[in-house]
Amino acid sequence: MPSNRLPDLVCPAGSLPALKSAVDNGADAVYLGFKNNTNARNFAGLNFDEKALVDGIRYAHDRKKGVLLAINTFPQAGRTADWQRAVDAAADLGVDAVIMADLGLLDYANRRHPGLRLHLSVQGSATNFAAVNLAHQEFGIRRAVLPRVLTLGQVEHVIQNTPVEIEVFGYGSLCVMNEGRCWLSSYACGESPNTVGACSPAKFVEWKKKPGVMETRLNGILIDSRGDTESAGYPTLCKGRYEVNGNTYYAIEEPTSLNVLSILPDIVNIGVRAIKVEGRQRSPTYVAQVTRTLRAALDSLAAGAERYEVRQEWQSQLTRLSEGNQATLGAYSRPWR
Amino acid sequence: MIPRFQLPAFFARAGRLFPQWPHAAGLALALNAAIAARLLPADSLALLEGRSFLVVVNDAGTRAAFTYGGGSFRPLLNFRSEPDLTFRANLSAFLRLLAREEDPDTLFFNRELSIEGDTELGLVVKNMLEAIELPKLPKFS
Ligand code: SF4
Repeated sequence: MPSNRLPDLVCPAGSLPALKSAVDNGADAVYLGFKNNTNARNFAGLNFDEKALVDGIRYAHDRKKGVLLAINTFPQAGRTADWQRAVDAAADLGVDAVIMADLGLLDYANRRHPGLRLHLSVQGSATNFAAVNLAHQEFGIRRAVLPRVLTLGQVEHVIQNTPVEIEVFGYGSLCVMNEGRCWLSSYACGESPNTVGACSPAKFVEWKKKPGVMETRLNGILIDSRGDTESAGYPTLCKGRYEVNGNTYYAIEEPTSLNVLSILPDIVNIGVRAIKVEGRQRSPTYVAQVTRTLRAALDSLAAGAERYEVRQEWQSQLTRLSEGNQATLGAYSRPWR
Repeated sequence: MIPRFQLPAFFARAGRLFPQWPHAAGLALALNAAIAARLLPADSLALLEGRSFLVVVNDAGTRAAFTYGGGSFRPLLNFRSEPDLTFRANLSAFLRLLAREEDPDTLFFNRELSIEGDTELGLVVKNMLEAIELPKLPKFS
């Protein structure tokens, strides 16, 4: 159901200062997770314990901003109760919505907490309106975050055929378009986002400086060797360089970040309800910089789509923050299907 | 705003001639003040127990080694062995990082900051420092 209402800007918060950065710089909502493996950014020292969450919710709500809690990993065998407890806690704490991927957990939340607003996580990998509508019918989801595999036209097609609000990614590191289904990290270390809540967990990562290069290893496997002046990305298998048929190159994906500034008017036009910024693992500084930039872009769009123009300073700010110092439109503008 | 600069090579050479401990002592002092102000969470601190850290300021030619144990940080004098974790950057990068003008991952992507050793320990330190609420930071001067 397209509308010309401005989409919500949904920003990442890995800590209380990051949450405040997002709220202070123009986010309409923040998303965050508990300090455990019930969310896909389970890194040491990151995320919210109950006290921080209570403070964060108060800070956001006092300023009329939303708090979305991600419980977006898949419950592990024999420990379903941990994930259910996280859902119960979310309902008790009064978050505005819970972002989930697991069907069993969605069902639990829907039955147990009928008043709790449910969002289908990108990890749920719903890429067509039938999947989105099924989750709506069965679990009452109110919003779905689409995986980064669809063209803009395909996103529009979903929006036209569902009553569910659609959220898409607007900026941030690309998980190689395989959300919810990638096992590359498990192949190398036996742990991956959907199991322990982290891709390439830090304990398996080793950076070694050698003359002229920096080697990156994941559980002992050499995944890249970068010259001193080459920019870097996260140490994930998908962004490593490998020898294929005698050539060594980024065989899966280059380190790069998604950036939709140039197609923002189209995104608003087709009726996207929320734009998400990736990066709960990043600092309050990053959150402030990205939020401020996208807020400025959205506000300038609100002032009149005809006059919208991507400002040089927005573009350079976002590119500088990007993995590998490059930005892409990803699948949104894929000429092939 | 802290400008992006690089100290002339002269400083790097000169820096190496001076004793290293004042930097380490200053750093340890600052971190202990943060502990005293309860800015650093106990669960993160516990993960630092007995580990050694080295901060290298490339263009200043200075190094500061310190450790954490029994509730406080202290400088490691005449530290010669392999530290558990090493951070390296130029002075301007460290200053921009501390002033929260720059995001550590951005500096890493741009190759202005390097992390060697125990990466998970590095993440604990990074996230612990990022989670400090700045306005509450005590003044050290
Ligand atoms: S390996 Fe790449 S595509 Fe797979 S989960 Fe990690 S970041 Fe995503």
